[in-house]
Amino acid sequence: MIAQPMLRRVGKRKPFRWALSRGRKPPYLGCMTPRPEDLLIPRREGLYCPPGDFFIDPVRGVDRALITHGHADHARAGHGHVLATPETLDIMAIRYGADHADATQPASLGEEIRIKDVTVTFHPAGHVLGSAQIAVERNGLRIVASGDYKPRPDPTCASFEPVACDVFITEATFALPVFRHPDAGSEIARLLRSVSRNPDRAHLVGVYSLGKAQRVIRLIRDAGYQKPLYIHGALQKLCDYYESQGIALGELRPATVEASAKGDFAGAIVLGPPSAFGDKWARRFPDPLISFASGWMQVRARARQRGVELPLVISDHADWDELAETITAVAPGEVWVTHGREEALVRWCEMQGIAAKPLHLVGYEDEGD
Amino acid sequence: MNRFADLLDMLAFTPSRNAKLALLQDYFRTVPDPERGYALAAIARDLDIPAVKPAQLRELISARMDPELFAYSYDYVGDLAETIALAWPEKETARAGRNDAPGLAEVVETLQASSRRDGPRLVEDWLDRLDAPGRYALLKLVTGGFRMGLSGRLIKQALAGFGQVEVNEIEELWHGLTPPYLELFAWLEGGGDKPVNAAAAPFRPVMLSHAVELTDFDKLDPDDFTAEWKWDGIRVQATSERGVNRLYTRTGDDISAAFPDLVDAIAFDGALDGELLVARPGGEGIETGTFSDLQQRLNRKTVTAKQLRDHPAFFRAYDILQDGAFDLRAKPFLERRARLESFVAELDPMRFDVSQLLPFTTWHELSLLRADPPFAVIEGVMIKRKLSPYVPGRPKGEWYKWKRDPFLIDAVLMYAQRGHGKRSGYYSDYTFGVWRDEGELVPVGKAYFGFTDEELLKIDKYVRDNTIERFGPVRSVRAGPDKGLVFEVAFEGINRSTRHKSGVAMRFPRISRLRWDKPPAEADRLETLERMIDGTE
Repeated sequence: MIAQPMLRRVGKRKPFRWALSRGRKPPYLGCMTPRPEDLLIPRREGLYCPPGDFFIDPVRGVDRALITHGHADHARAGHGHVLATPETLDIMAIRYGADHADATQPASLGEEIRIKDVTVTFHPAGHVLGSAQIAVERNGLRIVASGDYKPRPDPTCASFEPVACDVFITEATFALPVFRHPDAGSEIARLLRSVSRNPDRAHLVGVYSLGKAQRVIRLIRDAGYQKPLYIHGALQKLCDYYESQGIALGELRPATVEASAKGDFAGAIVLGPPSAFGDKWARRFPDPLISFASGWMQVRARARQRGVELPLVISDHADWDELAETITAVAPGEVWVTHGREEALVRWCEMQGIAAKPLHLVGYEDEGD
Repeated sequence: MNRFADLLDMLAFTPSRNAKLALLQDYFRTVPDPERGYALAAIARDLDIPAVKPAQLRELISARMDPELFAYSYDYVGDLAETIALAWPEKETARAGRNDAPGLAEVVETLQASSRRDGPRLVEDWLDRLDAPGRYALLKLVTGGFRMGLSGRLIKQALAGFGQVEVNEIEELWHGLTPPYLELFAWLEGGGDKPVNAAAAPFRPVMLSHAVELTDFDKLDPDDFTAEWKWDGIRVQATSERGVNRLYTRTGDDISAAFPDLVDAIAFDGALDGELLVARPGGEGIETGTFSDLQQRLNRKTVTAKQLRDHPAFFRAYDILQDGAFDLRAKPFLERRARLESFVAELDPMRFDVSQLLPFTTWHELSLLRADPPFAVIEGVMIKRKLSPYVPGRPKGEWYKWKRDPFLIDAVLMYAQRGHGKRSGYYSDYTFGVWRDEGELVPVGKAYFGFTDEELLKIDKYVRDNTIERFGPVRSVRAGPDKGLVFEVAFEGINRSTRHKSGVAMRFPRISRLRWDKPPAEADRLETLERMIDGTE
């Protein structure tokens, strides 16, 4: 299933250009200049590093895994050894149980970790709590696998840091010029206006349980809303965990009828995973107004398809401008593009004279946000 | 522009009618003149500005961004105005730090004062000064692309609610008014007199009927009533004054432009109430066509020569409201009727005739006529009190409609979609199908009412227990010859349709009964529906 990626190159000379174009090493440089494809290659299980014998974000169980962040399509249970930030390890333990792997090893941000003759370092990605980019380095060649990332400030996690590298592996979830995420604060203001305009209705806000939920809650608090917020049971543990990490979320109550009569939810804000809104769970609320916080809400047809009445464009991924700015700031020799709209981002790189190719990794959701 | 863009967005995403009314009224209350008036005109599609063509918009965006990237974007979004609004580059423009986003009034007034040729240049400048929601509203405005699902009726009701007046007062005035409707808003806010409708050939609010209940017949004396066929066309008002001819729908929308053949034949001074129908050409007099014939002329802003030739429109008169200078509305029905017959006798017999009165002495006799109408495009009988004056609205005890029994079929539930608002959390919108050859179900319609709350609970449980696949808010439900839920579906009519896979389209379908007892294999077949169409043609 893994097609050998087509290499598209345009523009100025890159250190390893000659080697790539001929499929062998330039004789005058000897064995000291490695090819990036020797350091990381896409495999069925995920991105594989042959000299270190590890995978990054493998989609099935492997002996040694390095995990960028805790979302289920990147962090799976059943690996032999897992290296990740302490927060990501905590999140995996919360989701899969403490025995999700045979052994775990916490990676501090910036700490150089040696795996065989490869050096890896974790750098903040700004996506969700604990999310990291992973830099893989050997013989002076550095590749950064950024996982999912977001350069704009987020009160619930460490800020993204650009890391200089030869090859930058970027996601492409929102890699179309139509995706420009507005300021999240203004979207929260729209939510709060709708709440005050509809005092008899319960606002059901769809949020993914890791990251988006806590960020939206924190933003609601930052906007000055201090009333209790109601959460679906699926959010409880991760909200508790964020609290334990010093991210104050204010008063959260379980959204259950046992706790309150139907009328109590009038004018309330209830957060839950969007999949719950089709469930019987939604019936307990008075005349629910369905909202959804996601970068996809930028496109009207997507919002209507989901039956969303109040779309909130709040994303934990880089938008189009941020992808471009990040690539410009990182200034890599080459860009590899994965999960999402690869072709548009590859096209943009071509126009900038940056060599780029799609990676065709299998198994990542390009829909989650 | 932003307040207007906000309104458009909220109207587009709000499913509930009452919530839409509230949004419009809130907008009228909080936005000043003339902005609110132009917004009203835009939504009511009553705004006359030089349009900008999609090809011109494509040219504008091509000059600003890579065509390949635009193509990827358009492919994903699927709507030209939305794609341009979202993808319009902001960084290179001078917008940053500027505070001169154009308002709706500025846009409309500038466009009205410019030539069509200037359109693209103006739009380009505004696109640079607006944000994405503003750009979307602007592009929809200049391409005339509002498809908001807002009926003229709903807009007029919003105005009536805003000003605490009767909706027919708005309908009566509407066609004498022009954007930005300063007089109208002044009156609705209590700050001015009711505008005088100075336009020629104004709309006169129509008189409507109640559905008759079988128990009503005990209390009604047949001698006091007349009856006529209830034609299944479009209820219209044809009116002419000072050389201005107009054709209105029953809610006062001017549809003259779509029926030039009929409008040209309004060679009188007065106002008639009747049914717009389509004739089969070539006969001696009017030969009434089918509903399918009529469909060829519906929902069109303009009409081709071929449509005019093959599907000529005509007017079957029910009533006369105005004859020259005489307002006849206070006269009893039979007196108006006599005047109507002599009035129509003077008109083009290929374009105008009078609805026939049905002979009957007892309600039973009328029921026999109702059961066997001579044309399929008859949907029942109208019963009118001989002494009834013509009163706008729906006065009690004057006119009754007695519709024919609906068509019924048994169909199998195929897909269910989650409802909105109070029906959130319930699968309440159903797509149902009938059998085609080789044991395949083909969807033939959608219905979301006709059942009780208790039945909804049971259907919802059935949907959840028998889901095969989920696509967002839609579930595909198990449906085969042995396993499936059968609905008895009632509907008012059925037509051929090229838009639907099944080739048929029902009118006004609803669930009339749940057939838990019926094996799905015994549900109806597509041929049965096709025969129903043949029967109505």
